Amino acid sequence: MSAVTDLLQQVVEGLGSGAVYASLALALVLIHRFTGIVNFAQGELAMLSTYVAWQLVASGMPFWLALPVTLAVSFAGGMLVERIVIRPVQGAPELTVVIVTVGLFIFVNALAGLIWSFTVKDFPQPFPDGGLDLAGVRVDWSTLGIIGVVAVVMGVLYLLFQHTSIGLVMRAVACNPASARLSGIWVGRVLMLGWGLAATVGAVSGVLVAPVLFLEPNMMGGVLIYAFAAATLGGFDSPVGAVVGGLFVGVAETLTGAYVGVIGADLKVGVPLVIILAVLLVRPQGLFGRAAVERA
Amino acid sequence: MNTITAALGTDRARRPRAALTVLLAAAAAVGAPFYFAPFQVFQLTMVLLYAVALAGLNLLVGFGGQISLGHGAFFAAGAYTAAVMLDRYDTGHLATLPAAAAGCFLLGLGFGVPALRLRGLYLALVTLSFAVFLPPLLKRLEPVTGGSMGLTVDKLQPPAWSGLAEDQWTYFVVLAVTVVALLLARNLLRSRVGRALLAVRDNESAAEVMGVRLSLHKTLAFAWSAMFAGVAGCLYTWVIGFVSPDSFSFVLSITLLAGLVVGGLASLYGPLLGAAFVMYVPSVSQDVSEAAPGVVFGLLIITVMFVAPTGLAGLPGRVLGAVSRRLPRTTAALDRTPEADSVPETDSVPEADSVPEAEPKSPAGSRPATTLTPADPAVVDAEPVGAPPRTEKE
Repeated sequence: MSAVTDLLQQVVEGLGSGAVYASLALALVLIHRFTGIVNFAQGELAMLSTYVAWQLVASGMPFWLALPVTLAVSFAGGMLVERIVIRPVQGAPELTVVIVTVGLFIFVNALAGLIWSFTVKDFPQPFPDGGLDLAGVRVDWSTLGIIGVVAVVMGVLYLLFQHTSIGLVMRAVACNPASARLSGIWVGRVLMLGWGLAATVGAVSGVLVAPVLFLEPNMMGGVLIYAFAAATLGGFDSPVGAVVGGLFVGVAETLTGAYVGVIGADLKVGVPLVIILAVLLVRPQGLFGRAAVERA
Repeated sequence: MNTITAALGTDRARRPRAALTVLLAAAAAVGAPFYFAPFQVFQLTMVLLYAVALAGLNLLVGFGGQISLGHGAFFAAGAYTAAVMLDRYDTGHLATLPAAAAGCFLLGLGFGVPALRLRGLYLALVTLSFAVFLPPLLKRLEPVTGGSMGLTVDKLQPPAWSGLAEDQWTYFVVLAVTVVALLLARNLLRSRVGRALLAVRDNESAAEVMGVRLSLHKTLAFAWSAMFAGVAGCLYTWVIGFVSPDSFSFVLSITLLAGLVVGGLASLYGPLLGAAFVMYVPSVSQDVSEAAPGVVFGLLIITVMFVAPTGLAGLPGRVLGAVSRRLPRTTAALDRTPEADSVPETDSVPEADSVPEAEPKSPAGSRPATTLTPADPAVVDAEPVGAPPRTEKE
């Protein structure tokens, strides 16, 4: 009995960290859907947003006011990044684009270090201490809160994309940029919007994970790897896949860390590597992705 | 046809000049350790060994069009292979080099197989997560690798007959390995494998139709490239005499890629310039702030990709090309003699038929392609990543 409770406890904790991975994976998938780019700097942008939130809170703003301000700043920042850094290489070979996002990764990481130094900062926990006790399984408010916030973000995105006119425009651009442009859509602006949204979703993951990992410029490096595994598992063109993949990766990570003695806490970071390799070998398009059929 | 003879002509003309350049470079390379202070010689040695790693990365990224964010991991694998052999089996330095090379070649082969069946993006993901995973793995394998404390091994010692100081001897050994490695990389590119690689990069489908086996050649390129990184890692152990997991965090991988991009993708001496960057930019800008190297590198990478995709190595060629394209046009605008009129035609539309009267006058100077070559020997092999295919020039 206690073994089962123990297992459930680990699963709950895995879901908590999985929700964070899901959020960052969602940001990756959004950008991939819109621009066909995998943004290696996504985690670093999220880290920068988290620093903005920290700065606001540290200067006396209450957390729940700082959060929307941070998200707005991230949205604007994401749009700016698309316009200044990504637009000039839009349509260039994949290699060029990847290198540019890696350059952005290095730059943003160092910039945060330059502004806020590399010392670890304590990030306030927005959720109250304590939690529920469900048949011996302890569910912290923070875990519930993280899952809840990610669910809200998912819901908002779903409503935005499926039930608003701007969402329709965005889907049109994601589906076929050339046709969208011909029917009078300003594709460039929509791409900026897509990057803004992705940066916002990424910022949510950063703010959620910061109280657990503590805030420092390299905080999101590890999370990014898990998010990559989640997006690969779910399929790089499927938002639902990103969330399912994120939760799966989170649970898999926690369970291997807890039950496989050889792996332990320090080698958990091998889990995403194994997942990526396994998905690429068995089902390269991911669980929910469509296989890309290319006409050469 | 005319282009070919013109190209051959310039090739013959530039041979003495190239020989002179090589001779001067060799003299400078041999003389350097006697001129500089030991610490500067050490820095030069590090530049050379980074150049080996970058030459390998260049095979993959510049010539193969694949991307790896985990070459620091192969570097680490090579370094640890050497360190463990020296520490536990006391094999002597020379024996560690082939072992590190072969080990990393096989490791690259193993990682290339699943990743290269797909687009280059997935290779970046797999290599990045490998690079992140390796340091904790090295810490875990404590009985062999010494855990977080790392391993301290013997550095290279100069033999008595040489009469050289330790730093000088190390420099010469690393110089020898680097020269061999760079020549190997160059010759590899001129072999069947290299031509297949270039064909795959420029047009996968066309290459496949011509009978190039895509997966085989991509995987081989990855394996070769990993081997070079491993050799560089082995040299690192020889020079530093100490390895620890924290020296090989994934920042190293990213720095290597950054250095290569800044130095010049798909250029033969780009890796040397890039290696100098990897070595000197951090040590210079570290004085300003801990974060300064990253800011400089990040900005440089983005700028280079925007304005000069051929990197530093391609810069002289690009500038000369731009100038030579500008010049005829301005002179033609100043005095419109019939001679000057025929020149702009050649650069706007490079069509052999339309300018027969310009050909016999100066076969070497009439085309942008041939005006580039004497100034920059590497341009023959250096095609920027985003450049139009070579066929357009003929």
